Amino acid sequence: MKFLCIQCDEVMSFSDRDLPGDGTITALFSCGACGREMAMLTNPMETQLVTSLGVEIGGRTVPEQPLQQTRSRLDAPRDDAFVDEEASLAGDPGSSSTIPATEHEFVRIRVTWTSEATDRLAGVPKFVRGMVKRIYTEYAQEKQIEVITPDVMDRARSDLGLEGM
Amino acid sequence: MVEPTSSSGTGNTPREGSVTRADTVRGYADLTGEVESKIVEQIGEQHARLVSRLSEVGAIIVIASGKGGVGKSAVTVNLAVALAARGARVGAVDADLNGPSLGKMLGLIGSQLEDRPDGIVPAVGVAGVKGISTDLLIEEGVPLRWKGPAHDQFVWQGVTEAVALREFISDVVWGPIDYLIIDIPPGTDKIGRFLDLVSEVGPSHLQPDQVLLVTIPSEVAGAVVARSATQLLEGGVPCIGLIGNMAGYAQPGRDELLPLFTGPSAGDIADAVGLELWSEIPFDPVFGSRTDNGDPAGAEGDSIVAQVFTDLAERVEHGPGGREEKK
Repeated sequence: MKFLCIQCDEVMSFSDRDLPGDGTITALFSCGACGREMAMLTNPMETQLVTSLGVEIGGRTVPEQPLQQTRSRLDAPRDDAFVDEEASLAGDPGSSSTIPATEHEFVRIRVTWTSEATDRLAGVPKFVRGMVKRIYTEYAQEKQIEVITPDVMDRARSDLGLEGM
Repeated sequence: MVEPTSSSGTGNTPREGSVTRADTVRGYADLTGEVESKIVEQIGEQHARLVSRLSEVGAIIVIASGKGGVGKSAVTVNLAVALAARGARVGAVDADLNGPSLGKMLGLIGSQLEDRPDGIVPAVGVAGVKGISTDLLIEEGVPLRWKGPAHDQFVWQGVTEAVALREFISDVVWGPIDYLIIDIPPGTDKIGRFLDLVSEVGPSHLQPDQVLLVTIPSEVAGAVVARSATQLLEGGVPCIGLIGNMAGYAQPGRDELLPLFTGPSAGDIADAVGLELWSEIPFDPVFGSRTDNGDPAGAEGDSIVAQVFTDLAERVEHGPGGREEKK
């Protein structure tokens, strides 16, 4: 799907998105030439069709996680189906993460979690906790943020469209 | 810059041959350059993951039928165990997302899957066979349900399940294995979906290496299997074998088989469909019970069924992509 500013004959660029949590998406596009903006609004069924493909409107901001679509879509998952390779996940305030290099290019820094952030992460269902932790860590590394706090988590949720996580 | 022109006429429908406003606007294919969502690129990355994962798989073996209740899963796990007993490294994917059974049959229930950045480490079951199944992801007795709008579920559910199946293959750390056995659920459309999934991967994995169609000695089952065979042949799948399951009742301790069904034999079905009969598997209640309870015997022991699986595993090993064939 592409959007064309007819007046300028310019392809409009994705600028922002919002996931209100009701299954809809608001995606903003703007014309780089005249600044005109438009919003693409999807209903829950349309949103589901797009997300079912495992793609993100506006482009992927962090690498897709293993079984991401399956895990995020199962309605009644078994909570203890997954075990995080890092045993220190729940409750070690000083726990840190390093993630193997991927094709995403940025200098990887050592990231630590505050105890408040760790507590909050512990509230995420185990089924997706490891995946969510990696997403936040990737976000912090990309933004060169050394310490993940609840504020950073909020920012990541907003920037990455993780309202459901 | 384009100067749009107004369409002539007063109604909403342009007159034939007239130039509409839309005619003056560049079309999708005309818009080259960066598009922020990069949907095509995202799909491409998914396929790249699949290619990368399958590059470590020696051969893809598909167990299918089209018909339900013919024992595909039992054949899958016993073949997997029989191959493993010969020293092969085997993985099994339960593509039956809504009616999973491999988890239980391979003794995987209760296993936890290690969640790593490079993928999910599969559970390891009987004879070291690695497996993934929705059995492991949802609570026992709970039906598979996907989050999403309740209305028009049929529109998006198929896509969701196709993506889940792709993730079962691409996002699981199978490691170097000799065989990845895929247990396809009932429905001839499910075979087509899997072929689509694999054929999108690239020239090196255009088709599964071997497809084994399972039937029972029944006219109805034979008719469904015939449809599946037609679909596979039209899809250009090079190696298709027919397996006749429940080919008689194997009485414990006796060599002769008692008939279970009055329909055409697997051999007759194979002739009618134009496939080669690879194996006829009698029904052995002890063997079946062990399979149901997560202890599939495969080729273990000296029963008639064990001998059949010994022969079937050998045939697979000598078939396309098999270890013997590669020697």
